[in-house]
Amino acid sequence: MSERLVDQLKGGLDAPICLTWELTYACNLSCVHCLSSSGRRDPRELTTAEAKAVLDELRDLQVFYINIGGGEPTIRRDFFEIVEYSVANGIGVKFSTNGVAIDAPTARRLASMDYLDVQISLDGLDAATNDAVRGEGSYAMARRAMDNLAEAGFGPFKISIVVTRHNVDQLDGFKVLADSYGAQLRVTRLRPSGRGADTWHDLHPTNDQQRQIYRWLLGHGEQVLTGDSFFHLNALGEPLPGLNLCGAGRVVCLIDPIGDVYACPFVIHDQFKAGSVRDPGGFARVWRHSELFSSLREPTSAGACASCGSYDACQGGCMAAKFFVGLPLDGPDPECVGGSADASLAAVDRSAVPRPSMDHTSPVTLLRRKPARI
Amino acid sequence: MTVSLDRAYELHPQVALRPEPFGALAYHYGNRRLVFLRKPEVVAVVQGLSGHATLADALRAAEVDERRWPSFLKALSGLETSEIVRERASG
Repeated sequence: MSERLVDQLKGGLDAPICLTWELTYACNLSCVHCLSSSGRRDPRELTTAEAKAVLDELRDLQVFYINIGGGEPTIRRDFFEIVEYSVANGIGVKFSTNGVAIDAPTARRLASMDYLDVQISLDGLDAATNDAVRGEGSYAMARRAMDNLAEAGFGPFKISIVVTRHNVDQLDGFKVLADSYGAQLRVTRLRPSGRGADTWHDLHPTNDQQRQIYRWLLGHGEQVLTGDSFFHLNALGEPLPGLNLCGAGRVVCLIDPIGDVYACPFVIHDQFKAGSVRDPGGFARVWRHSELFSSLREPTSAGACASCGSYDACQGGCMAAKFFVGLPLDGPDPECVGGSADASLAAVDRSAVPRPSMDHTSPVTLLRRKPARI
Repeated sequence: MTVSLDRAYELHPQVALRPEPFGALAYHYGNRRLVFLRKPEVVAVVQGLSGHATLADALRAAEVDERRWPSFLKALSGLETSEIVRERASG
């Protein structure tokens, strides 16, 4: 990637390349690392008509495709209506799901559609590893969805893994699983965002494991998708494929279920909210003129990383990761492979760390059990 | 793949071009590949391909100096490999 191009990308594009749209905060699961703290539907959710108006705007901006997530997007009753409207307007759809809705007929319906990618989330190669993070029964649910997609002849769907301390040794196995389905593997970084703020410290890969991930990704090159999420590892040597930069507000952004626009999917916090698609001028005005996005497109200083020889390689890492563990944004990433953040991370007063602004976590429901017979 | 001056080309029908300050973004809806076109002049040539009987005609129409054709051939060959442009039956 030429330096000139990277500078231009940092200065922002006329429209995002990679736009994530969380369609709903409603979810049947309650994953411990959920970026959007999903569970309950938000009553302010965009209506079908509002969603279509957003798609009209994205079409006019020539956004090539959108990444739909949630919550569990298929829970929305108008899910297919929105997806079909998007595709009909030339906006490809990639959607993330835990697989709950993908029974055999739905898999056949998905297989019959063009410009549609399906990404099934899986965080363990076995039920024990996966369900500890994603909830009981979620492994079986995901595998059933994969079986149905394969059976329906969907083609290369994606299997999406968030790398944790507990599944990092399963990367080879995930690749074998993906290959067995003719699927493509996608591996992304665990962020301390949403409910992940509470679990990141126990789940994120150790420094040794970071190196293991880097070597594994380097060995697999373009075959494995990463959403360019591991650029902090580039400090270890040869750069990983992808754009080596934080795209927040520059080439990436998030529209949340109620239409608020954030700099990236990992920073659902007021400090990174640029506006709403419901504001006058809609999404385009937020993207082009919001103060927040303009400031994110300004040249950044290396800050505390200026004296480190690796700054050009890793760019100081991920803004969201720093923010939600209470580190300064112009300092090292909490997973800095040089260990530059270790001391400051240990010194952070966790009670003062910013909390995600939204929490749609479902209230705990006690399972009703039959009283034991005496 | 190498493109030839005497053949006819076109933007792949599954590709959309989006103008950007640095040139253009090209997205292939079939293979889902995103390609950066970093030279506005190359973008102009690509946009003109389908209106000309040969690649040479398209380069001339875009007023590209003949001395610079080799670098354009290289760029367009790359774009043919990533299926952003493709050969078409001439005429």
